[in-house]
Amino acid sequence: MLFTSYSFIGFIGIVFLLYYTLPRSWQWPLLLAASYVFYFIASPSYLIFIGATTVSAYVVSLRLDALKEEQDAYIKANKGTLTREEKKAYKASVKARQWKWLLLCLLFNLGILAVLKYTNFVIANFNGILSAFGSGGQISFVDLVLPMGISFYTFQTMGYIIDVYRGTSRAEKNLFRLALFVSFFPQLVQGPISRYHDLARSLYERHDFNTKTVSYGLYRILWGYFKKAVVADRILTAVNTIIQDPDTYQGGFVFVGMMFYALELYADFTGGIDITIGIAETMGITVTENFQRPYLSKNIKEYWNRWHITMGTWFTDYIFYPISVCKPMLRLSRFSRARFGDIIGKRVPVYLSSFAVWFTTGIWHGASWNFIVWGLMNFVVIMISQECEPLYQKFHNKFDVKENKWYGFIEIIRTIFLMSSLRMFDCYRDVPLTFRMFGNMFTHFRLRDLNAEAFLGLGLTGADYVLLFVCLILLVSVSLIQEKKGSVRDLIYAAPELCRYAVFFLLILAVVIFGAYGIGFDQSQFIYNQF
Amino acid sequence: MIKRKRLPGWAGKAALFLAVLLVTLFFLQRLLMPKYMSDIVEGALTAEYYEETTEHEVLFVGDCEVYENFSPITLYEEYGISSYIRGSAQQLAWQSYYLLEDTLRYETPKAVVFNVLALKYDEPQSEAYNRMTIDGMKFSKTKLNAVKASMTDRENMLDYIFPILRYHSRWSDLSGEDVKYMFRKDKISHNGYYMRIDVRPVKEFPEPDILADYTLGSYAMGYLDKMRELCEEKGIALILVKSPSLFPHWYDEWDEQIAAYAKEYGLDYFNYEKLADAVGIDYNTDTYDAGLHMNLAGAEKLSGYFGQYLKENYELTDYRDDPQYQEVYAEKIRFYEDMEAAQRKELEEYGEIVSY
Repeated sequence: MLFTSYSFIGFIGIVFLLYYTLPRSWQWPLLLAASYVFYFIASPSYLIFIGATTVSAYVVSLRLDALKEEQDAYIKANKGTLTREEKKAYKASVKARQWKWLLLCLLFNLGILAVLKYTNFVIANFNGILSAFGSGGQISFVDLVLPMGISFYTFQTMGYIIDVYRGTSRAEKNLFRLALFVSFFPQLVQGPISRYHDLARSLYERHDFNTKTVSYGLYRILWGYFKKAVVADRILTAVNTIIQDPDTYQGGFVFVGMMFYALELYADFTGGIDITIGIAETMGITVTENFQRPYLSKNIKEYWNRWHITMGTWFTDYIFYPISVCKPMLRLSRFSRARFGDIIGKRVPVYLSSFAVWFTTGIWHGASWNFIVWGLMNFVVIMISQECEPLYQKFHNKFDVKENKWYGFIEIIRTIFLMSSLRMFDCYRDVPLTFRMFGNMFTHFRLRDLNAEAFLGLGLTGADYVLLFVCLILLVSVSLIQEKKGSVRDLIYAAPELCRYAVFFLLILAVVIFGAYGIGFDQSQFIYNQF
Repeated sequence: MIKRKRLPGWAGKAALFLAVLLVTLFFLQRLLMPKYMSDIVEGALTAEYYEETTEHEVLFVGDCEVYENFSPITLYEEYGISSYIRGSAQQLAWQSYYLLEDTLRYETPKAVVFNVLALKYDEPQSEAYNRMTIDGMKFSKTKLNAVKASMTDRENMLDYIFPILRYHSRWSDLSGEDVKYMFRKDKISHNGYYMRIDVRPVKEFPEPDILADYTLGSYAMGYLDKMRELCEEKGIALILVKSPSLFPHWYDEWDEQIAAYAKEYGLDYFNYEKLADAVGIDYNTDTYDAGLHMNLAGAEKLSGYFGQYLKENYELTDYRDDPQYQEVYAEKIRFYEDMEAAQRKELEEYGEIVSY
């Protein structure tokens, strides 16, 4: 059930009506039932996998909690008799037992993800190696199901179990409530990757119908549909035309394709998240924000603090920090400082942890070298930018341009170009072709190729381009207002009532009339559904 | 005393908002739907039926082989038969069935004439043709069933119920015609007959393909059964015809199956391809597109011949004596003659028909 399908719109309509008409105590069980129905419609077999993840997380989290309670009770009971060392040793032994349970749960769930998502990737690489060594033998690919949203719900659940292990979240005692946290349907397919302590409270508590909350949710949903249906699915035709025919579309059109894809991805992913957050909001549930106007970032680091925020914080909290402070890393750090001095020594743990994060980020996005190289290119750019920090500092000391509006604008444009060029790895079929097309963009750039006739050959009409241009201005304007004045919805809500209705009216008409859906359009699934 | 629960204040405003939104969407839908008033006019045929003010004793159902080959005006002028053609481009067998069912909601003819060419198709073919046939139907359970039977894989029932969901993308193709014909359309047919007066003699057609299986499909034949049963139930005579169009090829094997079917159920079946000489069809002068469809001359010959049979075998009223019909048909005949004259004028001026 695509978010943009009539059946999904009907589905959320029914869930919404039931949510506010049934007794309040039925609200979260209704959401659980809806989530499982949603998943069942996608494929009944998916339920086995999400069920296994839920039950394993439930059992292990209870065990972790029980061990913690056991520890607290033991220490309390023997408060007077235990020495500090004995207490420490006891705690360490409990932590070790908890660690074993955590490891078991992580291996089980990440193992499922790895097997389902990466088996064929491993086989393809193995076959490549065999061919390289002249072996005629090849391993056959295996036909595996890849449950919808498995990367998202697995990471969300593993985040929960690690939080319970760390003691930052208590274990959920009710299996069904935990099942809802894992499977909450609006965010099941493309995130955000919520934390238990952020989502749980509003997910399980009872909500009365509130016109403001519902209106805010509806605005957000409509804005999401506008981005997805009017912008992303319209420009998709041109993007596909360019990237699927690299022999024809070279030079300037590689650049056009790169920028079009940047717009498509932004409208697609942020649109999807708007729909997700909006649906939750109409039911009084607060889902963590995943974007903060990423294309207004002035550098790549800031960009990653604004783009897919929940994924970034997940990797930081559960990969970067644990690797940075783990014992082997501390030993390595000490060794490097002693051997290579402070300058290099202090960088070793940061570099290695960052490398691990970006490698994982890449492969999390998809089982292909394109994504891995994309992740590692991000790593390279961020590290270079970090190393160049003293140079920037010198520049800024000499030229007082930091507060200059135009300099800020140039920084934003630079970041957009940089991130868009890295995103080319999403587009072209393999890594060598991506590098080749990146080079081709400069070596074959001819302005005269970018004529009206050539643009019309991309599958869009003149009217489509005009519409996209208007939409682009609208997207930028909304982002700038958000950046300077905060929530646009607050502004709308503060306006006269007629204006509030007018915004609803215009958004609905814009989506219905200008949306690229139905016969004649290749309505695509959300790009991030594939991850 | 029971306290009445008052609706919250926002409910009234929301209802008003919804009403304004729905009215706007309705107007936009009227604007965006194709009007079929120029270029491809066949899409306007289905809806024209609902403008009829008189009843019809003979109903034709089928594809272009009925709406281009039979002239109800000739049937009236020569025999006083009141007839109507519910046909449209590539109208499939199940669509003919549902158009028959739809017609029976308004009147019960004495005879239904079904052109059998559509039986060659056993599955939905084209969204564009589906639309031309079904969009014009008035909303009813019959229409929904027609949609259900006709949809190709990518189509959706909701797009038929709310056509704006299908035609929204026409916003960039709108023309003055879309505004002009938002609520009222010009008449383009003569009781469902689409007139063409130009002449294009028949040419050689490519050799027909050899088929792996000549059996007519069960889905289409199932709808022929349904058509027959519906006619039996309503006491209507069902007549099967194959028009004298030469392309697409009508195989002898298909012809035999239809003949056998007609024999089994006691139906009349006429293959006018085989009877072309008896009808007097001259493929050098009576077709406007090299043998695919009859022009006015061909249609009038065929109607004259077929009308004779209808008159002799069915107790049809001669409506030429009915003042109400006289008045209605006088107007129809004027329109028929005016269109013929206009087409002749265009033919003289431009050497081809450009407006029809």
